[in-house]
Amino acid sequence: MGRKLDPTIKVKRGPGRKARKQKGAETELSKFLVDDDGPKKLSSRSRKRAVKRAQVTKEPKQEEKPKKGFTDENSKWLKPAPRKRKIEQSEEDEDSDSQWEEDDDEEGFDKKEMEEEEEEDDDDMVDDYGADEGDEQDSDGEELLPIERAARKQKKQTSKKPESDDDDDDDDDDDEEKDDLKEDGEEEEDTVQANIDETEQFKLPAAAERAKEGLLAMDLQTIHQRIRDNVDVLSHFSEKREEGKERSEYLSLLRSDLCTYYSYNEFLISKLMDLFPVSELIDFLEANEIQRPVTIRTNTLKTRRRDLAQALINRGVNLDPLGKWSKVGLVIYDSSVPIGATPEYLSGQYMLQGASSFLPVMALSPQEGESVLDMSAAPGGKTTYMAQLMRNTGMIVANDANADRLKSVVGNIHRLGVTNAVICNYDGRQFPKVMGGFDRVLLDAPCSGTGVISKDPGVKTGKDEADILRSAHLQKELILSAIDSVNADSPTGGYLVYCTCSIMVEENEWVVDYALKKRNVKLVPTGLDFGKEGFIRFKERRFHPSLKLSRRFYPHSQNMDGFFVAKLKKLSNAIPSAPRERDEEESSKTETAASSEQIQNPESKQQKPNSTPEKSNMGQKQKLKPKKSETPIITKKTGVKAENKKPDGAKKAKIAKLDGETSKKNEKPDKMQKVKELNGDSTKEVVMEKKEGSQFEKKNEMKRKNLLKNNTNRMGKNKFRKLKSMVGQ
Amino acid sequence: MRPLTDEETKTMFEKLSKYIGENIKLLIDRPDGTYCFRLHNDRLYYMSDKILKLATNISRDKLVSVGTCFGKFTKTQKFRLHITALDFLAPYAKFKVWVKPGSEQSFLYGNHIMKSGLGRITENTAQYQGVVVFSMADVPLGFGVAAKTTQECRKVDPMSIVVFHQADIGEYIRSEDTLT
Repeated sequence: MGRKLDPTIKVKRGPGRKARKQKGAETELSKFLVDDDGPKKLSSRSRKRAVKRAQVTKEPKQEEKPKKGFTDENSKWLKPAPRKRKIEQSEEDEDSDSQWEEDDDEEGFDKKEMEEEEEEDDDDMVDDYGADEGDEQDSDGEELLPIERAARKQKKQTSKKPESDDDDDDDDDDDEEKDDLKEDGEEEEDTVQANIDETEQFKLPAAAERAKEGLLAMDLQTIHQRIRDNVDVLSHFSEKREEGKERSEYLSLLRSDLCTYYSYNEFLISKLMDLFPVSELIDFLEANEIQRPVTIRTNTLKTRRRDLAQALINRGVNLDPLGKWSKVGLVIYDSSVPIGATPEYLSGQYMLQGASSFLPVMALSPQEGESVLDMSAAPGGKTTYMAQLMRNTGMIVANDANADRLKSVVGNIHRLGVTNAVICNYDGRQFPKVMGGFDRVLLDAPCSGTGVISKDPGVKTGKDEADILRSAHLQKELILSAIDSVNADSPTGGYLVYCTCSIMVEENEWVVDYALKKRNVKLVPTGLDFGKEGFIRFKERRFHPSLKLSRRFYPHSQNMDGFFVAKLKKLSNAIPSAPRERDEEESSKTETAASSEQIQNPESKQQKPNSTPEKSNMGQKQKLKPKKSETPIITKKTGVKAENKKPDGAKKAKIAKLDGETSKKNEKPDKMQKVKELNGDSTKEVVMEKKEGSQFEKKNEMKRKNLLKNNTNRMGKNKFRKLKSMVGQ
Repeated sequence: MRPLTDEETKTMFEKLSKYIGENIKLLIDRPDGTYCFRLHNDRLYYMSDKILKLATNISRDKLVSVGTCFGKFTKTQKFRLHITALDFLAPYAKFKVWVKPGSEQSFLYGNHIMKSGLGRITENTAQYQGVVVFSMADVPLGFGVAAKTTQECRKVDPMSIVVFHQADIGEYIRSEDTLT
């Protein structure tokens, strides 16, 4: 015998040379989870089914392609098993169409489910293909654990997702999943049922599907692919669209995908979708992900671009001139020394500044000896550029509302050797009161920053409607103050440049349009020959056609921060008190000096209602006496009659006092009567003052008054003001 | 903003003349207009009269800076010269010191200049004389006080300090806040 071999004591032996190790559950499972690509032993039933599959797939395939728009380019990652689902889907497409239309409708969904269930049952009878895992499993005789089944199901779901570039596909998938779930519910109840319940609940509202996707944690690659396909379909919509699917469905999917992929909030993405066509939108979003190149501006007060470039190259900086549009700009590609700390920087030979910030100063082009205001100066790049253009002559007022940021202005001004600057800390809206009469004004208004997302990604999620409107409101106030600070009669200037680092129409064209309406200004060419023209119309808004002269810059087209520049010229220092849109006023007014004076006088009287308007009375007496002055009043009044109202009380008072004071002329009562005829209203003042007049007049007045009193309403304050302003112009 | 008192004017001129000697009058009478000094929040500002007129419109608490700030008066009425005055001191400087490229950075960090870093120095520099520091490319870097006379500089060992640091352009980054 020899060695005792005790079978009870089994000596564990390690794997022999030829032993194959079992790798672990995951790897084992993966064999199951792999779709039917892998070599799979088919039982007889499954073989039969495969044959049937092959027959059926031929037909729908042809249908599918034109419908789905999935051309061969996508066939790489289209997997057969999921495709089977698609075949099923295509059959149900009509149903899914109807389902889409009733997206939000619970009933619709329920109906759909019912239909599908029925169909599914039929399909089962017909011994259908891959969609039903449960059947497959049973028939194959493979015993998969519930968890394996669930895993496989999930795998199929995820593989389905990337294939579909259309909403409908997703929804179809979801429908299918649902159906599958329902059918398999019996078998997979416990583990998967919870998930099913959740997804069913989410499905019912419109965004259900997306929410589900959130649960499933789609990877960015697939979202990106879906975005690209969606854009492709949208660009060639008539050819590539799915029948019955609305453009809005594609757009809404695109919107949510963009939000997820680029991490924006819905509001901002919607705004951007309004601004850009879809393909450009993608470029814009991509451009916002990367930084714009670093640019510097040579300080020509201390050095020349050539010398500076040489010095920096010697330090090991890789640079190039910025472009033919700038003589002082340099773009830095890379550098071995920190660009913000070289001795050249410290001695003020250049300034780090974004390329887009050159533009408003170039547009403004301040001349030597002028007085210039920079209303929102921090951190001082534009101020110092203006100073160097003016060669340190004239004077610059650099203002900013934020005292902390002013420190950087001080620093930069001293470092760059600017001597003609005064720095102050006012709110820009106070400006015309502090100082006015500047030759040129630059307003780089505080904005939402949607053009500089690459510098500050917080804008992507932090901005909403209220922020934009708040900024727009502030900008409107600032631009009016800026306009009022410009001296229109300046011999060399009279210009204002308004710029923002935002691309929103509400902050750009709308604000400039508002300024055009409120003040005597007009747009002039900026002098920048590149960039996109400003919008004349946008969605429901219509802007003045001269907005074409403003310029927009984008990160994806000009490779600089998003920017908007508009140059305005002030035409006159007078502030129009009434909105200039009212053409009626202007046409009804007779523009004789006398009449305008006379109109003004009653106005001024009204402004001091109770103070004795004797002075103006005297003045008016003189005006009233000459006959020709009367006619203007009357003609004016006939014109105004249509609008009915006339600032009355004081005028009547004047007339009454005239009557009382001066010798009575025949004209005057006539005049008075005419005045009264025209005036629909009578006021209490009139009653009192009329007492002074002649009896004859009084009687008439009383009569008329009585008559009139019946009809009149007291004119309200606002109406009165409105009238006053209408007449005053 | 107010004009300087006599006392303050004296102190200030003394300080300035340490660096630029009697060239001070060149600062006041300039071909392109008269310039003047004004005091605001204990800081001395140098500006032309045109800017002065403009600045009077601005209220005191809102005014941050006018023209160029030269320095400030301390609580005990001593005058301290800031780096922001460099542009005006440098062209009129009487005594200059040139720093070698290797020690430039060291000076810009606020260190004193050692003999090893000394490139050139004007002849006849007295001890404790105010000097303006330049780089070899004639870019003004700051100013300081000569620790040794020119003669002594030749003899002394390489590790000893020859110029005391007072102000350098690196302060634009290091102490931006103190400029205002």
